[in-house]
Amino acid sequence: MLETYLPILMQLGVACGFAVSTLIVSVLLGKSGKTNPVKDSAYECGMLPIGEAQPRFSVKFYLVAMLFVLFDIEVVFMYPWAVVFKDLLVTSLLPVTLGMAGFVFILFIAYLYVLKKGALQWRD
Amino acid sequence: MLAAIDLFFLVSTMVKIVFFVMVVVMTLVAYTVYAERRFSAIIQDRVGPNRVGIPFTKISLAGLGQPIADGLKFLLKEDFTPKHVNTFYYWLAPALTMVPALMSAAVVPFGSEMAIPFGDEIYRVPLVIADINVGPVFVFAITSLSVYGIVIAGWSSNSKYSFFGGVRSSSQMISYEICMGLSIIPVIMILGELNLTKIVEAQSANGWLLLPAWGNGLSMQSWLLLIPVIISFVIFTISIFAETNRLPFDLPECETELVAGYHTEYSSMKFALFFLGEYAAMIIGSGIIVTLFLGGWSLPFGLSEHLLANKGGFWGIITPLIHFGCFMSKVVAFLLFFIWVRWSIPRFRYDQLMRLGWVFFFEIALANIVLTAIIMVVLR
Repeated sequence: MLETYLPILMQLGVACGFAVSTLIVSVLLGKSGKTNPVKDSAYECGMLPIGEAQPRFSVKFYLVAMLFVLFDIEVVFMYPWAVVFKDLLVTSLLPVTLGMAGFVFILFIAYLYVLKKGALQWRD
Repeated sequence: MLAAIDLFFLVSTMVKIVFFVMVVVMTLVAYTVYAERRFSAIIQDRVGPNRVGIPFTKISLAGLGQPIADGLKFLLKEDFTPKHVNTFYYWLAPALTMVPALMSAAVVPFGSEMAIPFGDEIYRVPLVIADINVGPVFVFAITSLSVYGIVIAGWSSNSKYSFFGGVRSSSQMISYEICMGLSIIPVIMILGELNLTKIVEAQSANGWLLLPAWGNGLSMQSWLLLIPVIISFVIFTISIFAETNRLPFDLPECETELVAGYHTEYSSMKFALFFLGEYAAMIIGSGIIVTLFLGGWSLPFGLSEHLLANKGGFWGIITPLIHFGCFMSKVVAFLLFFIWVRWSIPRFRYDQLMRLGWVFFFEIALANIVLTAIIMVVLR
């Protein structure tokens, strides 16, 4: 079973090799010019950079990341069920439908809570 | 277990990887960029790149030499690392965006099984790099890794606009990951399979999910299931747009606000790797859409079944090549659609983008699963 994953390992090697070799070739072939303080400064539309380079940003992004982890895991839980759904429909109809209905219901309640709390509200 | 892996398997896999990833996808990336520039020129009533042809002659070939010239230029540009960046991560980020985009090509089947007669034996080569039975899940797992590249690029650049671009992009990509995952659950429920090769074979025999016009697809159930399938298709396609940061959703790099977003501080080959990564992700995304909804490599109306029935002789080589051509033409059609949308639709606002992903698509995709289940239970 595991040997079907061997091509993926080989592809990882090829992809990494490609990325690294193009970077190296670029270093070897690229002509380096003169540097000066202006060239080394952060690009800000041609003006001198103002303020911090990594300013504070909205906490919403953090919330979105947390909610992503929660909901994405629940999505992944649905995959095994979806694969066997067609077969189990014939043999055990009630467990397979009601089981997932319960799961989706709980997921939806959680989602409604998030929505009501305004976690996904980006405009004030 | 390792004894089961013979030399032929290793060699054929390597040939497939080099052929599909390095030759097909890379050429397609280069010419998609060219097509994008020409197509946008047509839409905006300009000429576009039409000069570069064969060097030192006046033959211009409608500018077909442009991608090669661009590639050379990227290699020869000054490889500049600004002083204010975090050097290690600054160098790591482009590679981290490029590698996942190429990795996800591994599970997309690009043709039917090839049977090569050699001596008195027939060697069978499935035209998919890794025939694993978790296809779509693998793709989601790998493509979501490219978020790291973008976040690290934005953070390590130590520049305001790069930083904002990186934060926006990561947030957008993970949001649409959920809709993407939810939207294909109806497809998996209908097909009862996660192996992309088997998904394509099932569609080849019994009608594509979006065109159930032959085989078992002519049943009442398939046509009723067309409703959830179309909903899935629309959500999935739009999510691919958002995942690849393409125009209606290109907030991470919107020029009017953020200069160029997370790759503002990048130049030469490092910039090119971001660019290649974006286009490679677009090509693989189109490949996944085609595989899941439009029958992958199969010809419409059951023609593939007739082709596959021809056994022996050179048919074992001709048939997969025809199927490969069919797959590529579908992918190219989708790429042109991507380009068309990019140059026709204006950008969303950030709150609209998040609302679309988290509120509309999430709810519709969830309701879509319930709808599919109801149709399948009623018509079982």
